[in-house]
Amino acid sequence: MVNRPLEYDYTVAKMFMLTTVVLGIVGMLIGVILAFELAFPGINLILGDKLAEYTNFSRLRPLHTDAVIFGFTLSGVFATWYYVGQRVLKVSMAESKLLMSVGKLHFWLYIVVVAAAVFSLFAGVTTSKEYAEFEWPIDIGVVVVWVLFGVSMFGLIGIRREKSLYISVWYYIATFLGIAMLYLFNNMEIPTMLATSPAGETGIGSWYHSVSMYSGTNDALVQWWYGHNAVAFGFTVPIVAMIYYFLPKESGQAIYSYKLSLLSFWGLMFVYLWAGGHHLLYSTVPDWMQTMASVFSVILILPSWGSAINMLLTMKGQWQQVAASPLIKFMVLASTFYMFSTLEGPIQAIKSVNAIAHFTDWIVGHVHDGVLGWVGFMIMSALFHMAPRVFKRELYSKSLMATQFWIQTLGVILYFTSMWISGITQGMMWRAHDEFGNLAYSFIDTVTVLHPYYVIRGVGGLLYLIGFLMFAYNIYKTMSSRPVEERELQNATPMGA
Amino acid sequence: MDIAQLQAYGYFVLITLLVLVLYGYIYHLYSKRKDADGVDYESYSNMALKDDIEDALVSAIPDENVPLEGTKKK
Repeated sequence: MVNRPLEYDYTVAKMFMLTTVVLGIVGMLIGVILAFELAFPGINLILGDKLAEYTNFSRLRPLHTDAVIFGFTLSGVFATWYYVGQRVLKVSMAESKLLMSVGKLHFWLYIVVVAAAVFSLFAGVTTSKEYAEFEWPIDIGVVVVWVLFGVSMFGLIGIRREKSLYISVWYYIATFLGIAMLYLFNNMEIPTMLATSPAGETGIGSWYHSVSMYSGTNDALVQWWYGHNAVAFGFTVPIVAMIYYFLPKESGQAIYSYKLSLLSFWGLMFVYLWAGGHHLLYSTVPDWMQTMASVFSVILILPSWGSAINMLLTMKGQWQQVAASPLIKFMVLASTFYMFSTLEGPIQAIKSVNAIAHFTDWIVGHVHDGVLGWVGFMIMSALFHMAPRVFKRELYSKSLMATQFWIQTLGVILYFTSMWISGITQGMMWRAHDEFGNLAYSFIDTVTVLHPYYVIRGVGGLLYLIGFLMFAYNIYKTMSSRPVEERELQNATPMGA
Repeated sequence: MDIAQLQAYGYFVLITLLVLVLYGYIYHLYSKRKDADGVDYESYSNMALKDDIEDALVSAIPDENVPLEGTKKK
């Protein structure tokens, strides 16, 4: 046997890169269909009356959200962990057969759970809790996948050579612990076959159905503690982990202030978990709890901007790179969108603003400038940086990447501006009344007014999807382009025409 | 004093404590500037910039803590 020098082993990272791309296409495609269904309701019946059950908005909506959160984003988190983790800990997966097997098992079991989730949601089997729609058998699968991720992560940390943990590793650990706690507590449920109704009936419903262990306001509180922190520990914390590695690496610049990264980390951990109640303003939740959620939401600007400004300042004196490299453009814009959504969110959480914003399209706009502009851009940047290194190829096309950047940026801008206008219009129209307190508008009046904005939103989403398909094509072509010498890969990604 | 009042005082004390700990940590970071091993926090950035497997470590785990193959960690 030839004694080869030790190398990082990206087998598992490559597997998760594939699911990031595939599930990204699925989630975004369904999103675009949904956007056009809202603008043109006839599309709900596009495959005819018989299949309407599978094509209507309410059946597809959880597929869109769950495919983007648990498919695209989590795959991206796993793919980058299996890449970044080895490199900053300076240990190869090839050094431990056990960790390699756990990593592969993690991937294959993840695929099984994704397939089960897609099948069950298409079939209409759901707990009807937002972002927690999976029924109990799938929840158990999710927990097993998550435990395997934890074993992989702490296993790799356990055999590391570098004593200190790089800031990204802290964020990945927080992702693991945060989601573990949130998912377990929000999905506490009792299979209906084990429950007894007040009338004394037992063995109710199908074996896979369940009811939440909480009820009423408590259920809502736990749900939104979960829902908002799914944003925290799924869409923020691991994405910050990515930018702290990939932006310095791609630009060749040290983090502007490592100390600021540490205190922003603890600030974020300290504040985020208290903010979930802002989803329940003006509800039956105790008033002090609503106020607390508002206050913590506003404080949240500080640690969020701490990280975002740290990233922008990392580019200090190197702004020519933004013009020269489309990959740096993606990351700088991602960071900017992060600042933007972490300012917009706290504004919406202020009670008086929320009185207009609640239940309107403005909230939908907020989620999408975060997920399309920050999460999507950062995960694609990470994969663009990783692809040449894991496949040992030059990136297929720089100009395709630049075109994609502008198409998607336009898409995001169309998306959130149309939702701002429609959301605020909606909020104002719902509240408008005459001097006797009679409502000035009926619901259909708002629908008529909002139609053009819904069309613009659909077009924005479509542009983003087209950009994502360009990304998928670029990554696919990279896999089959000419191999390059590894020394060319020190910092910036080598890019073709 | 009823339970709700106790909860409120407990909550206030907890928050104050956590704020003090956080600010204490910030003061510690900026006054000490180095971790317990004497490594400047700012040089931690090199963990990302110099991350090839043969690159120098920022701070290595002492040899005696790294188990050799077939031996148990002490």
